[in-house]
Amino acid sequence: MKGIFKNPMRRWGWFFLGPVTAAFCIGFVWPFFQGIYLSFCKFKLISKTTWVGFDNYVQALKDASFMHSFWYTALFAIVSLLFINVLGFAAAYALTQGIKGSNLYRTVFFMPNLIGGIVLGYIWSMIFDGILSRYGTSILLETKYGFWGLIILMCWQQIGYMMIIYIAGLQSVPEDMLEAAKIDGATKRQTLFRVTIPNVMPSITICTFLSLTNGFKLFDQNLALTAGQPFIIQPDGSTVKTTEMLALNIYNTFYGQNSASKGVGQAKAVLFFILVAGLGLAQLSYTRKREVQQ
Amino acid sequence: MNKQESIAAERRRKTTLSVVLGVICIIYVLPVLSVVINSFKVNTFVKTDTFAIPTGEMWAGFANFIKGMTFGNYPFWNSVKYSVIITVLSTALIILFTSMAAWYIARVNSFLCKVIYYLCVFSMVVPFQMVMFTLSKTADSLHLNTPWTIPIVYLGFGAGLAIFMFVGFVKSIPLEIEEAASIDGCGPVRTYFSVVFPMLKPTMISVGILEIMWVWNDYLLPYLVLDINKYRTIPIHIQYLKGSYGTVDLGATMALILLSIIPVIIFYLACQKYIIKGVAAGAVKG
Repeated sequence: MKGIFKNPMRRWGWFFLGPVTAAFCIGFVWPFFQGIYLSFCKFKLISKTTWVGFDNYVQALKDASFMHSFWYTALFAIVSLLFINVLGFAAAYALTQGIKGSNLYRTVFFMPNLIGGIVLGYIWSMIFDGILSRYGTSILLETKYGFWGLIILMCWQQIGYMMIIYIAGLQSVPEDMLEAAKIDGATKRQTLFRVTIPNVMPSITICTFLSLTNGFKLFDQNLALTAGQPFIIQPDGSTVKTTEMLALNIYNTFYGQNSASKGVGQAKAVLFFILVAGLGLAQLSYTRKREVQQ
Repeated sequence: MNKQESIAAERRRKTTLSVVLGVICIIYVLPVLSVVINSFKVNTFVKTDTFAIPTGEMWAGFANFIKGMTFGNYPFWNSVKYSVIITVLSTALIILFTSMAAWYIARVNSFLCKVIYYLCVFSMVVPFQMVMFTLSKTADSLHLNTPWTIPIVYLGFGAGLAIFMFVGFVKSIPLEIEEAASIDGCGPVRTYFSVVFPMLKPTMISVGILEIMWVWNDYLLPYLVLDINKYRTIPIHIQYLKGSYGTVDLGATMALILLSIIPVIIFYLACQKYIIKGVAAGAVKG
């Protein structure tokens, strides 16, 4: 900024930036760097720490439950990404065809997003147990029920959200391009795959990014639906909860019965952060390349 | 195929699509409906006859609601009260302070501004588990563990997205308006509050909607930060109710779930236009 405005602005910097900067340091910057430091320490209380180097990371990677939750989360994130985006796009495509009741349908499909993860988990655990109890089983007894149950829950919640983003994308596809495709004799399918989808690539980038990171970061729904049940006991006596995802595994490492493992929990959290941030950025740069420049 | 036939085919296709979507819509609301019917059902039947309409001996009337309100040693209305306080205060704080900071960052090109901006963008990709332990300890030692002070934690942890959205919007506002204000004798504070602040309204609504949806439904942050014996939000309350295995009263749980989603659905139907716009805006920026 130039001229007369510059100096008074500089003088008022504390007023505009102060509150956010202070809160940001308390709520993010300090905990983040302290977290990185603590991942190299052994501690029970935050005031008494001993430096152990990479020991926590070695233990975290050796932990069977952590590795299991990693593969389980990865599988869940990919399957849910596919379902949510294909169905969300299909819903958006159907609702932009100018059919009757589009607004009502859009309202209904988006509604589950307003309900929180904990509540969603309990609603669906009641529904699944209501069905499965007729066959003498429960969602807490079999890994596959827990997995697909969570997929159904997440689809129910997230399809509407992605649909909204896809609708915004579909509405911004230039009308004259569609017209030109029609005049050139393109079929509906050709128009969809050759014209529409390349033009909504920005929306696809955002939606796949959101559903991938949401899948990896999932916590509330996982806790409320199965809380990681059922579990199997390893030969060495440790237990592996088979539907426990990464975030819940980290939480249990921190606040479970074994309070000596807080350093390991923090090391897992750092690995988790690197994974989520890395995946998100890699995915963004991959799909960004496929976007059409207009 | 002549033109009339193709129009008729097109109309048939649209009607079929409309009917199919209508059926899907009905399936979509069934989970919510099952909450409604089970909240009026005697507890023992919830598990065995989940999808039956409560009649005869299954009908519990409002017993579940009465039981749910007084369940355990924590009154449900307190949770509602604290949820409302936390959500309103946090959203107000976030909107006010991040918009101020964002305007400053967008207009002043200093090193400090750049550092804050990129740290904010960076904070958006950091999952909560990364900071949950240290953040709850920090908040504890600063006495931010009450519903009246936890908004500061939300302001800190939630600043990233808000700053990002506001900076994007401020950059699209022409500088001339502010220059005119400054020539007319407005200082930075007056320029911001009487000129810039009103122009930011559309983004404020978007940010506000996103923050309300996040804070109202958030479970882990308040659970770890708040003094849990004194202050419980609605998600914490419901988790406590259901988390204790063995003696779960499903009927009462469903009654409370129903009570907690009714205001959400009313809010949604009332502000639907803004909510959907806010979500689309947040996604495009994010």
